Amino acid sequence: MSTTYLIKNASVLGGDPQDLLLRDGIIADAGSLGPVPGTVVIDAGGLIALPGLVDLHTHLREPGREDAETVDTGTRAAALGGFTAVHAMANTDPVADTAGVVEQVWRLGREAGHCDVFPVGAVTVGLKGERLAELGAMADSAARVRVFSDDGKCVSDANLMRRALEYVKAFDGVVAQHAQEPRLTEGAQMNEGELSGLLGLAGWPAVAEEAIIARDILLAAHTKSRLHVCHVSTAGSVELIRWAKSKGHPVTAEVTPHHLILTEDLAKSYDPIYKVNPPLRSAADVQALREGLADGTIDAVATDHAPHPQEDKDCEWAAAAMGMLGLETALSVVQQTMVDSGLMGWADVADRMSVRPAAIGQVDDRHGRPLAIGEPANVVLVDPKAKRTVDRTALASLSQNTPYQGMELPGAVVATFLRGTATVLDGKLA
Amino acid sequence: MKRHLLSTADLSRDDAVLILDTAEEIARLAARPIKKLPTLRGRTVVNLFFEDSTRTRTSFEVAAKRLSADVINFSAKGSSVSKGESLKDTALTLEAMGADAVVVRHSASGAAYRLATAGWSSSHVVNAGDGTHEHPTQALLDAFTMRRHLGGFEERRVTVVGDVLHSRVARSNVHLLATLGARVTLAAPPTLLPVGVESWPCDVSYDLDAAIPGSDAIMMLRVQRERMNGGFFPTQREYSRRYGLDAQRMAKLPDKAIVMHPGPMVRGMEISAAVADSDRSVIVEQVANGVSVRMAVLYLLLSGSESAIGSDEGQAQNQHQNTEPKGAAA
Repeated sequence: MSTTYLIKNASVLGGDPQDLLLRDGIIADAGSLGPVPGTVVIDAGGLIALPGLVDLHTHLREPGREDAETVDTGTRAAALGGFTAVHAMANTDPVADTAGVVEQVWRLGREAGHCDVFPVGAVTVGLKGERLAELGAMADSAARVRVFSDDGKCVSDANLMRRALEYVKAFDGVVAQHAQEPRLTEGAQMNEGELSGLLGLAGWPAVAEEAIIARDILLAAHTKSRLHVCHVSTAGSVELIRWAKSKGHPVTAEVTPHHLILTEDLAKSYDPIYKVNPPLRSAADVQALREGLADGTIDAVATDHAPHPQEDKDCEWAAAAMGMLGLETALSVVQQTMVDSGLMGWADVADRMSVRPAAIGQVDDRHGRPLAIGEPANVVLVDPKAKRTVDRTALASLSQNTPYQGMELPGAVVATFLRGTATVLDGKLA
Repeated sequence: MKRHLLSTADLSRDDAVLILDTAEEIARLAARPIKKLPTLRGRTVVNLFFEDSTRTRTSFEVAAKRLSADVINFSAKGSSVSKGESLKDTALTLEAMGADAVVVRHSASGAAYRLATAGWSSSHVVNAGDGTHEHPTQALLDAFTMRRHLGGFEERRVTVVGDVLHSRVARSNVHLLATLGARVTLAAPPTLLPVGVESWPCDVSYDLDAAIPGSDAIMMLRVQRERMNGGFFPTQREYSRRYGLDAQRMAKLPDKAIVMHPGPMVRGMEISAAVADSDRSVIVEQVANGVSVRMAVLYLLLSGSESAIGSDEGQAQNQHQNTEPKGAAA
């Protein structure tokens, strides 16, 4: 018999306090509930209840780079961050481009049990951008893959991208594009602008992202297939997606927490902890991304959690790996930049971090559900008044490459429930 | 007390003038029969060169030896660096060996900055060229040479010609000359100018011929052959025609204007042989001045318990600001 939880006085999506009874994996009762015998009571006064968060973009590094992260450690980090589901990116070693690899990752996720792991399948064999991987086999596998991405690499060949978009229609899949025109970004190190010129770091121009997004929007419209744009980072990209949606084209998009809060100015330190792909952009881009997320142009916040071992960051900028941790800080960054700034309410946070990502990933039968009677008991309780100082050595992730070291962030995940089972209680792994 | 020389962008006017004045004194001493000074006896200077550069390394080596320092040349080739050792481990090794100053040349922009600020080493760091970022001692020796010939910097006009995009020499010169009060014009094809150059403290022109008549000094930058393959300009011939300095163009310079080049030159590409060997050329002088200027830098950084350039506090604060994440980017 699993534990039954009675959550008292939680502010569901930031609304009036109510009680939630989590029993047998579902929300068995809700409203103003009296004492229920045999339950563990959680006083959730002052806490916000949200549906368990869903990350569309997580690098769990297993198989291949277990020195940076494993499915177990990565999903521990996810649970602590309030996630009940993550989509594990395909750029592992070997690449997740066969049914065998995606089933392995999926199984490792089930065994770890901290959150659901939905493997993302590679679009092309070995992420090489030459020929389609066996997308159908991955879709039909036990992992039921629906999101396909060469993330880290762009499917830059227009014809291959067209075929991928067409092919995934057979199983209602979506192609998640890492939009980066390769020729315009050879050797690129940081956002191209005044600062890159002064620092002598090769520029990663906005047009390299926007040119691919524009092309892919037109391909999605032409093929009538679903395009998802990973980690949108420029104001121009937001404009393009806004235009696509105004035309009714089947396009969705995500933004990372770090692109909502950090700017390229951090590169002045030449500290590669701030080196990431796409790069940190200007303050104007950050503002446009916040507005795009607030008005729904950008559908989802996705972490692009990218663990790297210390030696890959403790070096000169050009030699360093690109990427930063995100799972354990995502909700706090969203609270600071979107909620505390007045741009969004908690219901919007639930929409962008759970409901819409679940729909994009085709897992909305299980995740991103309303907190209502009969629904799966995937719930996160957040204390919005808490403050915490990020300590990279205290993170559950195997790696420590957080850009927020020493920074005070608002909000804390108090508890996370996956199908009624606590994965996190009192802010610690249960 | 500022401990390092990493860029000219963060060099104050007072510090720059102090280095130039010190170099002038040192140059006078160099005219004496015995060139060696005892100033840095017992101190160790490491030349850490991850890129080949015989000229700059030799110049630093001569400078350190004339100050009686022990000099260790640590080049990437044939060392543990070529076996995959990281910059960090190399720094830790040199630190353990007791290097007082590390003169570093590296292909990565910011490598000297990292070496100075990442906590790997407590040595004084002198940037001898980092990627496409800065080469501060080159700019200082250029300024030293200009001051000798032009008498000062106020109202002097300096034209820097060529591959500004990939040039650490150009960046260091623009910052230093602006600090010293000179007016700089960059002349280059648009493909060889960095994005955002319009915000630099200088003028920019695509037309070399328009800039020549007003120039008191003209500095030709080397154009590396691999740039042609990058499609930055169509052919070597077209580049030379539009941006090369030949005798015809040189004739349009004002009478006392000087011709400079940081070396190594590609004769026939950015500069013709006739110009390089002409009376106006101060290119060989630049090399000689390099030793005096590098002696001045090592002297000011290393002699005594406190170095005389700038303030350490200021640099520590800058570093702190730079690494502080922006809480509210907007």
